[in-house]
Amino acid sequence: VTLANPNRTARAPDSTREVREIALVDLLDRLLAGGVVVTGDVTISLAGVDLVRISLRAIISSIQEGSLDIHGSERGEDG
Amino acid sequence: VTDSVTYVYGIMRNPDPNVVEGLEGITGSQVRLVRSGELAVIVSSVDAEEFGEEALRKNLEDLQWLERIARGHNQVVAGLAARASVAPLGLATIYFNDDRVRATLAEQADVFVEVLDRISGRAEWGVKAYADLNNPALQAKPATDLEDQETPGAAYLRELRERRESRVNAEQMALELAGEVHAELAALAHASRVHPPQNRQLAAYEGLMVLNCSYLVDDTAADEFASAVRSAADKRPALKVELTGPWPPYSFAVLPDEEQR
Repeated sequence: VTLANPNRTARAPDSTREVREIALVDLLDRLLAGGVVVTGDVTISLAGVDLVRISLRAIISSIQEGSLDIHGSERGEDG
Repeated sequence: VTDSVTYVYGIMRNPDPNVVEGLEGITGSQVRLVRSGELAVIVSSVDAEEFGEEALRKNLEDLQWLERIARGHNQVVAGLAARASVAPLGLATIYFNDDRVRATLAEQADVFVEVLDRISGRAEWGVKAYADLNNPALQAKPATDLEDQETPGAAYLRELRERRESRVNAEQMALELAGEVHAELAALAHASRVHPPQNRQLAAYEGLMVLNCSYLVDDTAADEFASAVRSAADKRPALKVELTGPWPPYSFAVLPDEEQR
């Protein structure tokens, strides 16, 4: 069993280097579906689903085009 | 002079004026506070064109732009969270100016206070678990010993069936193990939230993602939680368990009526 903790040293995550270690997909799990949602003046259905769908579709299609560079896959390779 | 609009990162209660010191906004502009009563919104100015409705819609489809903004947003929020409790906002909440931010803050103060109460002194931890369905530990029944008496055709069909069944069984067993892990961890957390399994290509993982959860944990119990994750994983070698965090409490900074999202 590998117990990977990409942010083990990120207790005080001020430095850019530590923040870069976060996997984009973990970040998007939280930023697209979490956080306080208030209606801003510029709004594009941010109250959830539409944005998630739009963005993930974009992400998935860019993967298929092979242009995605996922940062920070720090997890161990073996189980 | 380019027109600018106000981008919002999070909400804090009675923050020290220099809580934003040294933080750089998503497009390089200065991070500042907009106060109303005991609450303050953390904002920075962004280009009105880049973050206008039409441009924003397009920009969010651009993965590089999305990644830059997502990381920039998180860098500000995580920087704040390291100093005091912050209720983070979701990505790309934009107001025409600071006065509009102030008006919203005053209007919804009660709700923001409620969210801040819930997350104060706590952080979010992410736990994911993966299972390799071919792992022998997930194969319930030992192979039967009938091979000798079977015709090749019958043996082939039986093998197909067994492979299918064992895959279903393995998946079932892995999900049960993940459920046990979740129950053990949820018992130590104030709240938990289940995320859908991540896209396999995007997250680049092997096997089946059987758990992708967030837990809201007291800062004082962070070490205890991490060892609980480790022990839950050690007890279940069929799962590969991964812990991320501490995160700003994104998954728990939701308004009460959208908790079921």
